[in-house]
Amino acid sequence: MHFRGLTRWRPLEVVFWLCTLLPFVLTPSYLSLASQIAITALFALSLDLILGYAGIVSLGHAAFFGFGAYTAGLIAKHYWTEPLSALLIAGLSAGILGYALSHIVVRFRHLALIMLTMGFGLLLAEAANSAHAITGGADGLQGFRVPGVLGFRFDMFGRTAYAFALAVLFLCFLICRRIIHSPFGLALRGIRENATRMPAIGAPSQAHLRKAYTIAAVMAGLAGAVLTQTTSTVSLETLSFGRSADVLVILILGGAGRLYGGILGAVIYMVARDQFSGVSPQYWYFWIGLVLVAVVMFLPNGILGGLNAFYKKAQ
Amino acid sequence: MLSTRKLNKRFGSLVVAQDIDLSLPRGVRYALIGPNGAGKTTLINLITGLLAPDSGAIFLGEEQITALKPHQRVRRGLARTFQINTLFPHLSALESVTLAVLERDGNAHNWWKGLPSFASAADEAFAILESLHLQASVGKETRELAYGQQRLLEIALALATRPRVLLLDEPGAGVPKDESAALFAAVEGLSRELTVLFIEHDMDVVFRFASRILVMAGGRLLVEGTPAEIADNEQVREIYLGSRRRAA
Amino acid sequence: MLSSAAGVLFDGFAYGMLLFLLSVGLSVTLGMMNFVNLAHCSFAMVGAYATMTLVGNWGWPFLATLPVAFIDAAVVALILERIFFRRLYRASDLDQCLLTIGIVFISIAAYAWFYTTEQQSVRIPDWLQGSWHAGALAFAHYRVFLIVFGLAITALLIFGIERTRWGAQVRAAVDNQRMARGLGIDVDRAFMFTFALGGGLAGLGGALSIQMVGLDPTFALTYLVYVLIVVAIGGLGSIGGSFVAAIVLGISDMAGKYYFPWLGAFLIYLVMVGLLMWRPLGLFGKR
Repeated sequence: MHFRGLTRWRPLEVVFWLCTLLPFVLTPSYLSLASQIAITALFALSLDLILGYAGIVSLGHAAFFGFGAYTAGLIAKHYWTEPLSALLIAGLSAGILGYALSHIVVRFRHLALIMLTMGFGLLLAEAANSAHAITGGADGLQGFRVPGVLGFRFDMFGRTAYAFALAVLFLCFLICRRIIHSPFGLALRGIRENATRMPAIGAPSQAHLRKAYTIAAVMAGLAGAVLTQTTSTVSLETLSFGRSADVLVILILGGAGRLYGGILGAVIYMVARDQFSGVSPQYWYFWIGLVLVAVVMFLPNGILGGLNAFYKKAQ
Repeated sequence: MLSTRKLNKRFGSLVVAQDIDLSLPRGVRYALIGPNGAGKTTLINLITGLLAPDSGAIFLGEEQITALKPHQRVRRGLARTFQINTLFPHLSALESVTLAVLERDGNAHNWWKGLPSFASAADEAFAILESLHLQASVGKETRELAYGQQRLLEIALALATRPRVLLLDEPGAGVPKDESAALFAAVEGLSRELTVLFIEHDMDVVFRFASRILVMAGGRLLVEGTPAEIADNEQVREIYLGSRRRAA
Repeated sequence: MLSSAAGVLFDGFAYGMLLFLLSVGLSVTLGMMNFVNLAHCSFAMVGAYATMTLVGNWGWPFLATLPVAFIDAAVVALILERIFFRRLYRASDLDQCLLTIGIVFISIAAYAWFYTTEQQSVRIPDWLQGSWHAGALAFAHYRVFLIVFGLAITALLIFGIERTRWGAQVRAAVDNQRMARGLGIDVDRAFMFTFALGGGLAGLGGALSIQMVGLDPTFALTYLVYVLIVVAIGGLGSIGGSFVAAIVLGISDMAGKYYFPWLGAFLIYLVMVGLLMWRPLGLFGKR
């Protein structure tokens, strides 16, 4: 009786997911960009789980993305080129790393938490840089190819790649959607809304947070693995602070805690970056900086939040 | 039901709790009074586990809970409300109380089934809110509720945990005199099985709702007794009630 | 062996002094207002580029530019505080991070536009060049100057914090802001002054660091990590904590680069993570 209709699919949602199929027919020359967007969207979705819903400010989420990417790359490099099983292993490995780190991360708040997540990300990146026997160091992991998935070749038009990335994104999205509408999702929101009140209603907050952090790590790892498998390279950039910062900007731009914010942010960010790819990095970051300032000052809940507020006012 | 033995706590040279010995039997309404800075909220924090004592023990029923984490004590039946509203601003009243019920039943870890499947939890949450006359506001976000309603929601959250002992920290704080009537009617309507301890400054409320009074000052439990005994107590009158006599 | 250790200690100490100047402002303002200002190193950049321009384009003597670097950075800090930061004192950590990171990006782009991304340098006076030799050891004059200067500033700060009225207000506000306001302390004014002072010190640090680490527009981000480490380890609101943490970090970094170059910055991050886990509020942070 209560909460009825909570899990119902809104028409706009169905339209959105149908539209994700459009690039196959409308913009076939942009399918590799579409794959990148799907991968980034999944990464942003995983960050939303811990940031938007549980309230953990992480400046090092790329650690799991890169860990999944390198795991998938190493598996392929050692001649196991079946992507689905490698994908699962990569995701699981990232999850194990996430589970281990979660025991530390969930015990801190505020600046210490920000610094710790950043620190872990930096540590992993440095370790990968130094261990060039395994990771290829600054040159990255090369010399392997994942030919295809389920009998479909990764062709140079990127059709299979986009289908693969989109499928993984959608599956993970479905899982996230279930989580959000479940008691666990409510508990995460409770932690975000008032971490002090949670123990006072008998909630084992740290156990909840560890679980969320682990799930988010798995999804980030899956995103990284898909990137590796569709591009057949891995570079240190996947572990970099830059990637952690980028995904944070993307999520905030779209609107955290709103399920679709990461996806929306990814679309806008990646399309914009593609359009302005001729611009040198620091000028690109000038506009990102401006966007960040504008979002914080005027659109604190991102684009989706702004739209939501506008919609409410219009009623 | 709830007892402490020689509870001590100090911050440097500031003693906030000194040899506190309490024993609250089942079903009794206690008021905890004392001047500001006496250590009343600190005592609640010690009992609920937000603060770790330097020495001493705390018992809920027969069980010693001194080593338990705060959420574990709540699971054993010890609930509290906060002096300043500590609620979930963007969750609706119904969501907030349902969450408390789900946590109590151990269902909050479930990430696979949707909230609509947990109808009994939502129904129970609604019933609790209804008993506090909040049924009209169940769908509103907490931050949209009036202050008095928020104070009631504070209590609703604590009740949802099905406590055996309920600690209320100034439940009427900030609520104007006329609105607090509803609040204390709710407190009075609570089950007779429940042990209630409430911190309060308003003596009218104290003498009306409490069957026993505890007086604290300077971190120490000075005296315990019925309202009449306390009103006649010289020591209490000196430090707290001033020189006005209260009619028994 | 011993001589290289002495050299590492000396260089590390000098580097630590730089880090201290860069970090102390952030530590105190974080302790006072809990405002996570990731744009703090942009103030350092303001001071650094001011000095570079005055020396390079206008022929000013290096030392004369230092007060200007200080004032420039302090003014910029004040302007940003009045326009943007004060609206976010009650905002979430995340919002504060995002806004200040946005400002960092904008400042990097602005300086890249006006000064290009080239490495910059300054001409320091002759008497600061060269080094003293004692046996196998070489003590660069500039680094000795850094150490002396840094210690002098530290002494001034500690005197200011312990003996002046402003210092008392800062200490009260760091300890318990609500209480401080209740006592009639104008916390906002004290904070404004402190923020400007902290920004100015960062600018000074930035100007002094050109000779040791160079200057380009990415300075604001590169050194942010180090500054954050100093603040997190030293403890929010603690001048002494920043001092100790900066020295520790400076020496560890130098030692790491000298003895374990293949580890890169791994050692520093490991030290930070370890120390934070042991003492999340920093070594000297408020409990």
